[in-house]
Amino acid sequence: MNATLATPAIEMARPLSAWRREWRHASWTVRLAALCLTVFYLFALASPFFAPYDPTFQNRLMPDCPPMRVHVAAPPDWDKGLFYTHPMKMVDPTERRYASDPSRRLYIHLLSHGHLFTTDSPIEPFYLMGSDALGRDLYSRIVYGARVSMFVGLVGVVISFSLGITIGALSGYVGGVVDNLIMRWSEIEMSLPSFYFLLALAAIIPAGLSTVVTFFLIVAIMSFISWAGFARIIRGMASTVRGLPYVEAARALGASRSRIIRRHVIPSVLGYAIVAATLSIPGFILGESALSLLGLGIQEPASSWGNLLAAAEDVQNLRHYPWILIPGIFIFLAVMSFNFLGDHLRDRLDPSNAG
Amino acid sequence: MGRFLLRRLINMIPLLIGITILSFLVMSLVPGDFFSSLKMNPQISPLVIKQMEREFGLDQPLMVRYFKWLWSVLHLDLGYSLAYHVSVTSLIGSRALNTVILSASAMLFSWVLAIPIGIAVAVNQNSIWDRILSFLAFFGMSLPNFFLAFLMMYFALKTGWFPIGGTYSVDYATLDFWSKIADRINHLILPVFVLGVAGMAGLMRLMRSQILEIKNSEFVRTARAKGLSERVVIYKHVLRNALNPFVTMAGYSLGDLLGGAALVEAVMNLQGLGLLLLDAVRSLDIYLVMGSVLMGTVLLLIGNLLADLALVAVDPRVDFSSMASQ
Repeated sequence: MNATLATPAIEMARPLSAWRREWRHASWTVRLAALCLTVFYLFALASPFFAPYDPTFQNRLMPDCPPMRVHVAAPPDWDKGLFYTHPMKMVDPTERRYASDPSRRLYIHLLSHGHLFTTDSPIEPFYLMGSDALGRDLYSRIVYGARVSMFVGLVGVVISFSLGITIGALSGYVGGVVDNLIMRWSEIEMSLPSFYFLLALAAIIPAGLSTVVTFFLIVAIMSFISWAGFARIIRGMASTVRGLPYVEAARALGASRSRIIRRHVIPSVLGYAIVAATLSIPGFILGESALSLLGLGIQEPASSWGNLLAAAEDVQNLRHYPWILIPGIFIFLAVMSFNFLGDHLRDRLDPSNAG
Repeated sequence: MGRFLLRRLINMIPLLIGITILSFLVMSLVPGDFFSSLKMNPQISPLVIKQMEREFGLDQPLMVRYFKWLWSVLHLDLGYSLAYHVSVTSLIGSRALNTVILSASAMLFSWVLAIPIGIAVAVNQNSIWDRILSFLAFFGMSLPNFFLAFLMMYFALKTGWFPIGGTYSVDYATLDFWSKIADRINHLILPVFVLGVAGMAGLMRLMRSQILEIKNSEFVRTARAKGLSERVVIYKHVLRNALNPFVTMAGYSLGDLLGGAALVEAVMNLQGLGLLLLDAVRSLDIYLVMGSVLMGTVLLLIGNLLADLALVAVDPRVDFSSMASQ
């Protein structure tokens, strides 16, 4: 803030692009959040590139292997690889304990075989975040899981917001019986204990559907539960807007009802809607994670950050293989990033609500 | 007050009926039912299953089943659990009590910490403590409670200071009265902490922003101008006015509290309503599902009612006639 005040002349002379201006305004937490989300969405969009191995490949020789340490190679060895790890070997099959073999080096190849990093063969793998009970690479499963966990928020928000804005704006603008009916219905939805209802609704999802269909069913269910809150707030704002002079002016000019809703009512509530949308994404991510964690959402062998955490429900797993909690850190980071971003957007777009 | 209560109770009736219809419709959409797993079992003859279906009324049309169920609900009979082979009412009572104890303790925990911390950081705005605590609040708000529950389970596993999940110890039945209570409390500490942290973070932020807003208002300046001490200004003028939105928000967040409790119950294996519902959903025990959802809704409505009563108590500007007209 101070920097922009101090150098107004230079700013005027060389106008920054909108993105760079936004970046300058942002605090370090917001920048970190944006960076985090960018990485996660890249994970989701280019999973095969970021994941070193096939997320369903089971290395039966290495179940529950702990995360491996990365070492930087000395410059003379750089032709073999910049980084290496010591391969792990199971020393106690009943307790599934591993020991690394410091005499051998397993080189990690960057940007080879179409991956960001990988080893020559999944038989001798590099487990950045350990492996699960079936010997699958946890990091690869997390990368592929980002597809579900990162898009559930976006798709969910698009659906529930389109519903909420349309219904809310209609309700507030039309008024009368329609308004009354919609609001009573939304009251019923809002006085439901939403998570209980989510659990009950999840029972509808039949077992054995494809992951994509399950994904959309989960999103649909969560949107069905969450549109009412938005609709009510949008309605409140829309009925305020209806009485404003510029809307009356538009009506006096003979604008049709749908034109007024589209061109005047919706744009005036859009700033609020964007903030609320960003802040509601965590709810969708958490909802999906919770359902999948409880075994009612995305099913094995597909992964989402929630169903990866399900392994931790077994206390013995938690005791001996604590790295299975790592997916939870990803959920936490995604949720926190959206919260930071939403908070920041609120300050930028909706000054009346600042503080 | 009597009229207000009556009005609110009458308002609940259409709401509850709407919810029962909704949940009944949902359960009728479920593919397969409890008996489909029995039908797969070659050792159970189809005749036995037919007879059981008739006993539970599952062979009748949807409408008939709904009204039969509604009629028995009005007699406080929530139906029969197909999986547990006892009446749903007897199952739900003790489970709901456990959930209420957990949620109420978590709420108490978060209030007792959130209010004073919120006041302290708002009064010392932009101090180093304000920044640290505000950041931590963001941290706490974003930490998924099921993840925190796992972390606490791990903590309990590693230190051995707390029991690892569960509602009570194995030898619970042999303990005397006071040891029983101590045992229950010992099992409640971690879940209450997990559930309380998320609520606390949000409420602390709210308290802080409320106080900051009110601190700069005209009547506070007047109070200062009168020469009142800072203490009196904060506690008698600022805090009292900040409590209204605080209580309102707390009322709204009851649903989240109940949902959070369900997750914590599932992860930490506490015998509450949420875990019961989860088990019922997994085994497609329809009457138990509907009973639990209905019970959860009733708890939520009672909670909201209590929050409204609390609002009247803390804010003299709000009275029953204005609440009733809302």
